[in-house]
Amino acid sequence: MNKILCTCGHENPKGTVLCGSCGRPLTEEASNQKLVDMRYEGSARRSQTFNKSIIDKVWNFFSSVKVGVSLIVIILVAAAIGTILPQVFYVPATGEAEIAAYYERVYGTFGKLYYQLGLSDLYGSWWFQTLIGMLGISLIVASLDRVIPLYKSLKKQRTRRHESFMKRQRIFGIGENALGENTFAKSEEKLKSLGYNVKREDGAVLGEKARFSRWGPYINHLGLIIFLFGVMLRALPGFYVDETMWLREGETRAIPETPGYYLKSDEFILETYDKEKADEVFNDAIERVGTIASNYQTDVVLYKKPEDALPGQTDKLEEVKKDSIQVNEPLKFEGFAVYQMDFRLDELRSMQFNLSNKATGESLGDVSVDLVEPEMSYDLGNGNKVELLGYYPDFTGFENGEPQTQSPIPNNPAFLVKMTTPETPKGETSFVAIKQTVEPFGENKYKLEFNNVETRDVSGLTIRKDKTLWVLALGGLIFMIGVAQGSYWNHRRIWIHETKDGHIAVAAHTNKNWLSVKKDLDQVTLVANLPPYIDQHDLEALEEKKDGEKSS
Amino acid sequence: MTLVSVSGNLLFIAFVCYLAATLFFGGAVKSSTKEIATSEKRWGRIGIIITIIGFISNLGYFVTRWIAAGHAPVSNLFEFTTAFGMMIVGSFILIYFLYKTPLLGLFALPIAVIIIGFASMFPTDINPLIPALKSYWLYVHVITAALGESILAMSAVAGLIYLTKNIDLTKKSKQRFWLEAVMLTLVLVLGFVASTTTFKVMDYEASFNYIDKEEKADEITYNVPPIFGMNEYEALTPGTMTPLVETPPIVNAKKLTTVTWSLIFGLVLYVLIRLIIRKPIAALLQPLAKKANSQLMDEIGYRAVLIGFPVFTLGALIFAMIWAQEAWSRFWGWDPKEVWALITWLFYAAFLHLRLSKGWQGEKSAWLAVIGFIIIMFNLIAVNLIIAGLHSYA
Ligand code: HEM
Repeated sequence: MNKILCTCGHENPKGTVLCGSCGRPLTEEASNQKLVDMRYEGSARRSQTFNKSIIDKVWNFFSSVKVGVSLIVIILVAAAIGTILPQVFYVPATGEAEIAAYYERVYGTFGKLYYQLGLSDLYGSWWFQTLIGMLGISLIVASLDRVIPLYKSLKKQRTRRHESFMKRQRIFGIGENALGENTFAKSEEKLKSLGYNVKREDGAVLGEKARFSRWGPYINHLGLIIFLFGVMLRALPGFYVDETMWLREGETRAIPETPGYYLKSDEFILETYDKEKADEVFNDAIERVGTIASNYQTDVVLYKKPEDALPGQTDKLEEVKKDSIQVNEPLKFEGFAVYQMDFRLDELRSMQFNLSNKATGESLGDVSVDLVEPEMSYDLGNGNKVELLGYYPDFTGFENGEPQTQSPIPNNPAFLVKMTTPETPKGETSFVAIKQTVEPFGENKYKLEFNNVETRDVSGLTIRKDKTLWVLALGGLIFMIGVAQGSYWNHRRIWIHETKDGHIAVAAHTNKNWLSVKKDLDQVTLVANLPPYIDQHDLEALEEKKDGEKSS
Repeated sequence: MTLVSVSGNLLFIAFVCYLAATLFFGGAVKSSTKEIATSEKRWGRIGIIITIIGFISNLGYFVTRWIAAGHAPVSNLFEFTTAFGMMIVGSFILIYFLYKTPLLGLFALPIAVIIIGFASMFPTDINPLIPALKSYWLYVHVITAALGESILAMSAVAGLIYLTKNIDLTKKSKQRFWLEAVMLTLVLVLGFVASTTTFKVMDYEASFNYIDKEEKADEITYNVPPIFGMNEYEALTPGTMTPLVETPPIVNAKKLTTVTWSLIFGLVLYVLIRLIIRKPIAALLQPLAKKANSQLMDEIGYRAVLIGFPVFTLGALIFAMIWAQEAWSRFWGWDPKEVWALITWLFYAAFLHLRLSKGWQGEKSAWLAVIGFIIIMFNLIAVNLIIAGLHSYA
């Protein structure tokens, strides 16, 4: 690689704008500027130096802040578009046709178009994820492109800089040396007391403070990259579990995706604020809104199947712990968390029937049918028997004489039963539901009559395992450290040196917060009698100064 | 007196203090150039003292309400917006001590006053917490997020001053138009306050039956005269106005009516102001802003974003994710409120990059700061009221 040799003797890599050592401008353009561009200390960046091969071009594309900001803005706009209508996962419909119909029915033509353009699942779309991916690449490339050259030039900066460098600093002043050699001693002392690191050479002082803040952006970008990496990890098997289960009171079920864990629900509890019992200050709100829920809770027992149990064997479960799952208080075990997400109140649990002789009204006994796991036959003694021929948990009516059920959930249970008594040894068939009896094969002698139901609540639980959380947390932490470092500290430098003709030149630079560096410089100026400086950016202050000089 | 009414009175005292302090900051800015140093200092000092008294009273409101409710008062729209107004004042005090510019108060305090006034239009009852909100992460997340937003808002204040000073109002231009549009927006918020208060004082109430978008029958009560009627409405309160237009089921005609009344009141107010002052509102403020140093305003605008951005990230994204993981089993769910927090964050990231790498300083930066504040307010108000999601308070 060819190098650029500066007049001061320092060898700079190709592409350098300001000499890494003395700060002299090395390019025509830089020497023509009134103020130097200090952004990366004028160091040579790959993206600014090479543009030949396809790799260079891709590198330069992703390294550009223009591209980076464009990506940010495009993602921002896309994200906003996704909030115009609810996304598919918030819509009460399942299956493509039903979802499409929902958007059209509720939101009209606009809704239909929104759905057809795929905006209803925008965040899961390939193009949105590609944009995020490109943002990640851009973060990596842009950071690498800058951090290494910046590190090199900040590490080996010289105390004395060339006058052409000083003159082109935003804060610059030149004037008489009132104190002679003492200027430097006093400056050094004051800078040190202000917390600056001071380097001193013959007739030159460099005070530098909080250089580490320059690494802030790179650290925060690293945090973001780690975060995005963590998000990608969830696609790998075993890193991420997201299951749901419905658990009825009294029921014990295997927890999906967990190694041999079972959960039993003792009780589901729904509590609301009661005007009588709740704190008086809430009365107005309760009155205005009506019922306000105060607690959703499932009392559970967590069991584990012993190691040596046979597959499917569930009679020797070992209790692990009792817990109450509430919103905001998930049950946690072995990296899993079980959340209280939903509930159904008063699901039918069992139905009671009474078998009786129609003519005499004589009762032959009661039958209780469990609606989740009904038995097939019920013996009432004395030769009386009821058998289930068919079970329709969510009965909706007959179609071609066949009873229909729309779901396996016992919302409206119905049965086809056969009743056998010593008097009717061949059995009689009847169709029974709540408050409904149909006798499909003609008049029966006996009837099975609906008596009563028993209900129970069902808890909707979500089971999560997310092994990526610590990666995300790490990314977040690193981001916060980096962003605080770059925002709450600023890299300040103050150069003071004697020029060839015996004047004193001062210059100062900070990457942000110019007010503070000026305050620092003011204090040094006061102690060491430095020449006054001007802020070459603050045009209004300069104007005022000019006006002042004219009028005085 | 109950704790709740003590709390309400403290808020009122704070409100009055902020109004008074605005006048003093106005005095500080108005003093003539010659005696600027001493006079500005004196008026400015009185201004900041009154602001601090108001702020302490405001904190008193917050603490007493917290004690009365047993939970941090950030759980409904009134409480959250009020807390945001309070934090704007807090952030102003912070920036005041960093940069000692009374002019900032002249713009920041009226904005805080408008926000607190706006907040008081919503039901001010103390709600008991629903299960999802019962978590100390609620306080941590909401308070930090609002604090970050209020610091970011300071950059908009500085930006507004920069723009008011530097935009040439004598010539027709896009800039002049948009600056006046920002002023108009503030007046429209006042219109909302004025219309809501008017009808509240009149105790207006009109109930309707209607059919919602799920084709279910429901009932709704308007507190303003119904310009728009709900889908297939049927009036229940005799002697009230008949809606002029019936809307399709997906439109919430009640909210639309509220917005329309705010627009009517706001526009009338704006026209009145224009008739009285005989020039754009921005032109009225311009002489005050002229004293500002543009470079300093630009610097304050940037510094406010630098201070606010990390706080916002921590509160609105990181704490939010931790809480969402505990409460909803996922740290991120693309809920509209979450998405708008992300949008706000991306926007300020773009702001920082444009400034650092593309040299977007001065006017461009000032416009961005104002737009950033608009996004924050959009998330606070529109997303809560219009785009219903899990976070929806209303
Ligand atoms: C959401 C994504 C991003 C966030 C939150 C973010 C955040 C930040 C922050 C806070 C800074 C410091 C700014 C300042 O101190 O004023 C910064 C600087 C920077 N960012 Fe990003 N950034 C993001 C994406 C990107 C992308 C995609 C690029 C790619 C081009 C990029 C390139 C840079 C560069 C070049 C700097 C300046 C570094 C320096 O001057 O030392 N950033 N970023």
